[in-house]
Amino acid sequence: MLKARVIPCLDVKDGRVVKGINFVGLRDAGDPVEQAKIYDAAGADELCFLDITASTDGRDILYDVVQRTAEACFMPLTVGGGVRRVEDVGRLLRAGADKVSVMTAAVKNPSLIADMAEKYGSQCIVVAVDAKQIAPGKWQVFTHGGRTATGIDAAEYAKQAASLGAGEILLTSMDRDGTRDGFDLALTRQIADQVRIPVVASGGAGTLDHLVAGVKEGHASAVLAASIFHFGDYSIAEAKRHMALSGIPVREI
Amino acid sequence: MAETIAIIDYGAGNLHSAEKTVVRAAADAGLDHRVIVTSDAKTVRRADRVVLPGVGAFGACRQGLAAIPGMQEALKEAVIENAAPFLGICVGMQLMADRGFEHGDHEGFGWIAGDVTAIKPQAAGLKIPHMGWNEIVLTDNGRRHPALKGLAPGDHAYFVHSYHLVTQNMSQKLAYTEYGHPITAIVGWDNLLGFQFHPEKSQAVGRRLITAFLQWKP
Repeated sequence: MLKARVIPCLDVKDGRVVKGINFVGLRDAGDPVEQAKIYDAAGADELCFLDITASTDGRDILYDVVQRTAEACFMPLTVGGGVRRVEDVGRLLRAGADKVSVMTAAVKNPSLIADMAEKYGSQCIVVAVDAKQIAPGKWQVFTHGGRTATGIDAAEYAKQAASLGAGEILLTSMDRDGTRDGFDLALTRQIADQVRIPVVASGGAGTLDHLVAGVKEGHASAVLAASIFHFGDYSIAEAKRHMALSGIPVREI
Repeated sequence: MAETIAIIDYGAGNLHSAEKTVVRAAADAGLDHRVIVTSDAKTVRRADRVVLPGVGAFGACRQGLAAIPGMQEALKEAVIENAAPFLGICVGMQLMADRGFEHGDHEGFGWIAGDVTAIKPQAAGLKIPHMGWNEIVLTDNGRRHPALKGLAPGDHAYFVHSYHLVTQNMSQKLAYTEYGHPITAIVGWDNLLGFQFHPEKSQAVGRRLITAFLQWKP
């Protein structure tokens, strides 16, 4: 049976992890390579590396940092941030990414998803959807860290992305991101139930019960979290044990 | 004796993680092997072991391989005539089949009897691609296979694929995984081995499997 995935996320700014695990004895908590090694040894199912300022700064992602991080990973690595052109996908794959996440550029020009999938295969194209609730049961796609409204319905966009060849949806609730109040389950479920590709729930995980709810109530195939792991509140093993006890099939460590 | 392991580079994705896993697995086993990522047919022809990775579509991978002068012949000579142990990974495994039906009708190597067809989930809610960690279940032949002795019940590996190899000869199916119905996970025959999952992305389990492949003397 396929297992629900637990995916820690490294938010990287100027080549440094901004929300890093602060272990005693860790030489450099801001070094993505050190963080990747820890998560690999801890049995994370995948790792997500997001260059959070690449898009707003209008610059390319830091390829050398991606490359060194990939070196430390014996698990799948998704990389996102500032991906604008079809060639950017190729460069990131060559730098060691297994999947590439595209957001702003695909919202502006959805056919980019089809071009990327055709060239590199659907399996490596993750479409990131940042959504904010605008009315009961209605969410809209936002870009630039939730600051720019697009007028595009989130569920419609996710369906379009899937039909254009996306292999996965990385769905972040901009209302919940950073709050630690839990995923937006209604949003997650609305999209997970409408697309045939896996949906990764993101934004708001603050407790282990939130991870459980993301899968059970949100119908997500994977849960992504940053703070709860980075601040050392919970380990990957604890998260998986809790999910297993709640009846969710996970790969136990 | 130090062996040369050729990982064939034919433009199907980044081979760095495959290379790094093979290098680390060789070190784990105390083997002084030379690991070469190559698109040179002569190097492949002379290799002691051959690894064929593959990411993307069946037809595109087949074309990528055909585009390198002499590569298909070199692969056949090394693997079929010289019986060098061979490992196909993901689409590299699917290419071992008779035919592939991803975006058209493509001919495979014909080394494993069967076709590569779209996964059709029978249960509602099953997503395509089959993406993530799933349990490897050995068949009777798989349990007897020396290259798979490192696998323990409950071991998981990382899969990502929308097509799967449906074997015709059940004795060539060495392991499967459950995704609504059994999906072929490992095939093998003689000196040939194929993994549908990605050992290079499967942490300790993947490295153990690669180590066993490097030690395998079919």
